[in-house]
Amino acid sequence: MKIWTVSGARDRRIALVLDKRMSNTLEAPDLLATQKSKLSLRNVSRCFETPRGVLAALQDIHLEVREGEFLCIVGPSGCGKSTLLNLMAGLDRPTAGEVWMDGRHVDGPGTDRILIFQELGLFPWLTVRENVEFGLRMNGLAKRERRARGQHYLRLVHLSEFEESYIHQLSGGMKQRVALARALAAQPDVLLMDEPFASLDAQTRDMLHDELERIWAETGQTIVFVTHNVREAVRLGDRIVMLTFRPGRIKNQFCVQLPRPRHLEDPEVALTAREILAQLREEIHKAVEAEYQHEKRR
Amino acid sequence: MKKGARQLLFYLFLLALWQLIAELKIWPPYLFPTPRSVLEALRAGFTDQSFWVSLGVSTRRIALGYGLSVVLGISLGLLIATSRFLKETLGGLVVSLQSLPSLCWLPLAVLWFGLSEKAILFVVVMGSLLSVTISTELGVRHVPKIYSMAGRNLGARGLSLFVFVLLPASLPHLVSGLKQGWAFAWRSLVSGEMIFVSLGLGHLLMMGRDLNDMSQVVAVMVLIVTIGFLVDGLLFRTIEKRIHQKWGTAMPA
Repeated sequence: MKIWTVSGARDRRIALVLDKRMSNTLEAPDLLATQKSKLSLRNVSRCFETPRGVLAALQDIHLEVREGEFLCIVGPSGCGKSTLLNLMAGLDRPTAGEVWMDGRHVDGPGTDRILIFQELGLFPWLTVRENVEFGLRMNGLAKRERRARGQHYLRLVHLSEFEESYIHQLSGGMKQRVALARALAAQPDVLLMDEPFASLDAQTRDMLHDELERIWAETGQTIVFVTHNVREAVRLGDRIVMLTFRPGRIKNQFCVQLPRPRHLEDPEVALTAREILAQLREEIHKAVEAEYQHEKRR
Repeated sequence: MKKGARQLLFYLFLLALWQLIAELKIWPPYLFPTPRSVLEALRAGFTDQSFWVSLGVSTRRIALGYGLSVVLGISLGLLIATSRFLKETLGGLVVSLQSLPSLCWLPLAVLWFGLSEKAILFVVVMGSLLSVTISTELGVRHVPKIYSMAGRNLGARGLSLFVFVLLPASLPHLVSGLKQGWAFAWRSLVSGEMIFVSLGLGHLLMMGRDLNDMSQVVAVMVLIVTIGFLVDGLLFRTIEKRIHQKWGTAMPA
């Protein structure tokens, strides 16, 4: 497997970029300095039994997530991205292979790895504050401590005013931020995010990108971020892993060494995304083709 | 016109119709009492304390019997919902037993427990337990998978997953089952109380029959309906309303 550094005719750009990086006020954790592995998947495969036979969702995935890294996973729909996160979270078990975290075998969910689901999974019977404190309550934190920590994270995502609201009273972007606060409050080592911003309007997404990047810089957490949006991946990630269409295998990896903070509109971001997208397009075609074949059979 | 006004008008009309039919004297008054005589019977019953005593006795029984049904029904429902084995075995039995009217348990109860409190309690519990069980099971089964995944992800395990995730998540479903269970329990209680000198409302009803006192029979019926209405309208409606406000879902009409 090749590891591509997104540079090429761009070496000069990268150099430029590195210069710019010096002047950055936002300090990204230095990827090269901390090569320590945080979470690793070793030859992981996951198959599902379906009425039409066995479906291989993921095949032979070998992946190291480094400490403090912002890793993005891209791929066409149906490449097993969500399955990958479920495996990392310990909510699902691999058919073959193993998941390791900090040198320990993962065989169930744990609050050192918190997953933000695509559908969020916020609890409608609890207020915003109770949602954020939920994980703390489950882990037996005293009420006062819970309250303090919950408030801290609600402030972090700018939702203090809404702590007594119920979930249905919030907008999409606010719900997203509650889910983020709920996950962060559990203070996981690794934050797993499953297309968290897919259903949001562009402005809200922009804002949340900024917030996420800021929080990541502040907490130094490791983030694994799944998206089908390559530009978003380039905007956020230190490294991008591309999966193939069914069964999901690792097709390529890219290191993104653009300076932070980045913006979706940055020309460098757009150019980089275009290079990656060119490779992804092949997989998207396969997905579309499979969909078409499926339609024809029916 | 306001809803309350419409309802008031409807009941006034019903009362007038009743009075009219009584006035026509198609049946003798001891078979078809006038509204006035029923009112009189209600007043007499409350002034000589017999209605208060019956109400007290019946309320205690229903609280005990229904309370027991709720606790047992929810536990049983949770167990059936989470165990495939129990679902396949006990689940089917519960559904088929529910088609049995609670009165069918009466002969059995009398033989087992004699003419006693326990017999009545047994009938009440058998009347409402199964519908609470079934609605709990359905409720838990219909909880979207995402909630239990999110709960597990945040550290909820075993019992805490039940108590803090599955149970509250199935509450909208559960409340309608609790409501139905209440209606069954109330009906079973009155029929159970008819079997012996039990002092409850059912007993009063039977006494009215034995004395050929139709006014008392109707008066007790009015009492039973009123209590049923109050519990449903005040207690359950309030709970449902609060749930729907929290969840932001529409209140069923």
